[in-house]
Amino acid sequence: MKRNYYKSDDLKKFKNITDWNPDLGEKFFEYYNSVFKEGTLSTREKSLIALAVSHVVQCPYCIEAYTRDGLQKGIEKSEMMEAVHVGAAIRSGASLVHGVQMMNVYDKLSM
Amino acid sequence: MVSKSLKARNSLLSSTKRQLEILSNGIFSEGGLPKFDSNLVAYELNAPRPLKLEILQVNVGYMCNQVCAHCHVDAGPDRKEMMSRETMELCLDVLKKTKVKTIDLTGGAPEMHPDFLWFVTQIRLTDVEEIIVRSNLTIIMANKKYHNLPHFFKQNKVHIISSLPFYKKNKTDSQRGDGVFNQSITALKLLNSVGYGKSNSNLHLDLVYNPSGAFLPANEKILEKEFKKALKIDFNIDFNQLFAITNLPISRFLDYLIASENYEDYMSSLVEAFNPKAVANLMCTNTLSVSWDGLLYDCDFNQMLGLKVASPISHLRNFNLGLLQERKICISQHCYGCTAGSGSSCQGTVV
Repeated sequence: MKRNYYKSDDLKKFKNITDWNPDLGEKFFEYYNSVFKEGTLSTREKSLIALAVSHVVQCPYCIEAYTRDGLQKGIEKSEMMEAVHVGAAIRSGASLVHGVQMMNVYDKLSM
Repeated sequence: MVSKSLKARNSLLSSTKRQLEILSNGIFSEGGLPKFDSNLVAYELNAPRPLKLEILQVNVGYMCNQVCAHCHVDAGPDRKEMMSRETMELCLDVLKKTKVKTIDLTGGAPEMHPDFLWFVTQIRLTDVEEIIVRSNLTIIMANKKYHNLPHFFKQNKVHIISSLPFYKKNKTDSQRGDGVFNQSITALKLLNSVGYGKSNSNLHLDLVYNPSGAFLPANEKILEKEFKKALKIDFNIDFNQLFAITNLPISRFLDYLIASENYEDYMSSLVEAFNPKAVANLMCTNTLSVSWDGLLYDCDFNQMLGLKVASPISHLRNFNLGLLQERKICISQHCYGCTAGSGSSCQGTVV
């Protein structure tokens, strides 16, 4: 039998996390649903942020969910890819900025 | 991009029997997804029943100048089914005999019917309050003989409901064919120029959004806001309302779902999005659908699946509203398309 750590059908079971702790589970989903409501930011903007973050945290469930959500909201593939690049740029920038730390250490220890 | 109807391609899916088999087996067989009727029972809901008849939706024929990838009618230039003038006269008789408020003309492209102008003019002479024409927009630009349609619509106070899958070219053309977006924009400008869709006018121009793929529509009001903003800024186009319509797994959309291996996931998402509140407002409760040959159906979708009304009155020629109102509405798994999320009907969401 083929075994995978990630199963795409598990996304549908996400709501089941409340089964083992209804109090915290329900609080989470209430919070989650409130976050994605139309606010100062539009639901469209929130969907693109979620898509970018999904890539940064490398969550396959979230990537499927927010690609689908983006399609439903009429977000175009060019916009989605730009959002992914924003996430990727921050992630790579976060690595690269540590280069300053490396430079500091190097300079301090070198004659 | 498809260029012929399923019927012209001799596709197995041009058979309504085959479509109904697919919709009742596979993922809906034992242990899979619940069938629509059992789901109603599980939610302790009554099956939809006919309420007061308000809308007569008349499909004048399946001929169309477009071959859209998602079309549940399987319409196209190769479809020759067309309503006879005799059947149109039977429709007029029904309008005179009943208190139907709205007649909703659809197709195919209803404007391609040779008696279209005559039919609309005759309907205007009855007491019907509202005449809807479901126009694909490009027909107005397709031939010189249709260029005057905006004026004709205005003279007859026709309410125009037009498909525009998206406010940008690529998504519209991928669903409806190359060049459709630009022609639709030109047609919308013509309609605006005679007063359609303007805030100070009573000439209504509504647009229909339907997803260009295997996903459900987003919130209708938010989409409307985006369509209005984009069409105004990019093209100075105005319209009244946007209707978000869910694609139903029938005919060419069913063919697309199966060919793209999205069928099971799409049906699961419709079932998951089942909204019990949508059941009370289903369009089949206040609408009757008439096919080109005068047969009666609960809705246009049932017409395309060949599910005739479950009534001894199955044709316009022996129309009897009292008896028709006693019928049970025919349901199958495609009905999940009308109950998903905020619900879906020919007038957009229902919840």
